[in-house]
Amino acid sequence: MSNSKDSVSRTVLVALVLCVVCSVIVSAAAVGLRDKQVANALNEKKMNILAAAGIEMVDGDLEAAFATITPKLVDMRTGQFSTDHDAATYDMRKAAKDPAQARALTGDQDIASIRKQSLYSTVYLVEGEQGIERIILPVHGYGLWSTLYGFIALEGDLNTVVGLGFYEHAETPGLGGEVDNPKWKALWPGKKVYAQGSNVPAIGLIKGNAPAGDLHKIDGLAGATLTSNGVTNLVKFWLGENGFAPFLTKLKAGEA
Amino acid sequence: MSKTREILLSPIFTNNPIALQILGVCSALAVTSSLNVTIVMCIALTVVTAFSNFFIALIRNQVPSSIRIIVQMIIIASLVIVVDQVLKAYAYEVSKQLSVFVGLIITNCIVMGRAEAFAMQNPPIPSFFDGIGNGLGYSVVLLFVATVRELTGSGSLFGFEILPLVTNGGWYYSNGLMLLPPSAFFVIGGFIWLLRNSKIDQVEPVEYKLASHTK
Repeated sequence: MSNSKDSVSRTVLVALVLCVVCSVIVSAAAVGLRDKQVANALNEKKMNILAAAGIEMVDGDLEAAFATITPKLVDMRTGQFSTDHDAATYDMRKAAKDPAQARALTGDQDIASIRKQSLYSTVYLVEGEQGIERIILPVHGYGLWSTLYGFIALEGDLNTVVGLGFYEHAETPGLGGEVDNPKWKALWPGKKVYAQGSNVPAIGLIKGNAPAGDLHKIDGLAGATLTSNGVTNLVKFWLGENGFAPFLTKLKAGEA
Repeated sequence: MSKTREILLSPIFTNNPIALQILGVCSALAVTSSLNVTIVMCIALTVVTAFSNFFIALIRNQVPSSIRIIVQMIIIASLVIVVDQVLKAYAYEVSKQLSVFVGLIITNCIVMGRAEAFAMQNPPIPSFFDGIGNGLGYSVVLLFVATVRELTGSGSLFGFEILPLVTNGGWYYSNGLMLLPPSAFFVIGGFIWLLRNSKIDQVEPVEYKLASHTK
């Protein structure tokens, strides 16, 4: 009995049948649920964009709220709108990993420690009757433990902050993780990115409390100096000369 | 107590996989900082343990002993992938927080341990209940740890504020240590101590004896 069960041919047969059955089940689950998973990932991104832009959902209707937002592709080299890829599906993170679709940053350019930057970026516009009402820009950069990914939203003047929010990071809970604290995030709206007549970002975090009425400074996160520095750096990078500053200048002049 | 009931209930306190056998502690450290995430992890592990036990018991008489561990791993791994896919489709938020830990159920000693120790010798139905029982035993410890950690670390339970935090204008200074994985060691230690206080037979015999002080 046990002899036949343990024979080589029987062993191979059992292994083969089991592998086929299991791979069919696994593939069926992966293929059958893919649509739903892709939709989930997309919804999540939309919710983050809405949250950064401070747009409320009515009755949790994501699609209706998102209908006011138009994704656009920006060529980071020229600072102009581009149609080289589909803005709605362009994946900045994937592109940044592909040497053909990204540019390497030199040490002094790379203040946000991201090493490679995709050639294009997807920005989101909220357009009203008087042109652009809000613009939502993707930002990311290194904090203490992790890369923080988020969005910063600006008013139609392309200078006043509407909001900043991170949707992915792994900073220390309770310290750097306080970047998600609503009270801290509430400090951002109304701040100005650039000083009058300059296109070098003046916005940033400072240790301790920012002086009342300061247009550019935001309270640092208590006990999280490196995360605070990381947030300052990534905001300065993405709104600076290698980030969206050329694009914003052109957009303001109507040349984008 | 009937046989099924004993199989189902004994792993919860009398033969708890974490507290007595000290298995599967790694995920107990990683996913217990908030109750929502913990509950999903508990369900996922219970489902995987129950079904892997069931399927392994079903084919236990066909499996050649030379490849039995591999066969068990294939079945467990397939189930874990299916669970992971389902979570990504139907509980996306939580699956993001659980991230790799769902995948790591494959290496959870409880699943493998029950497959090898119980399912290979018993028929499918009792094996299924054994899996559920051990999943519940795991869940009891995880829920205990998560309750303590979320309450003292974030001042909330299931994300609802219980102790108003100083950062939100309340009075409670949150204990940051409780949000970091090492704190789970202390809490699990506390759980085992409590359990062994009421079930003295679980206390292990002392393996050493303190030497008396020098005169």
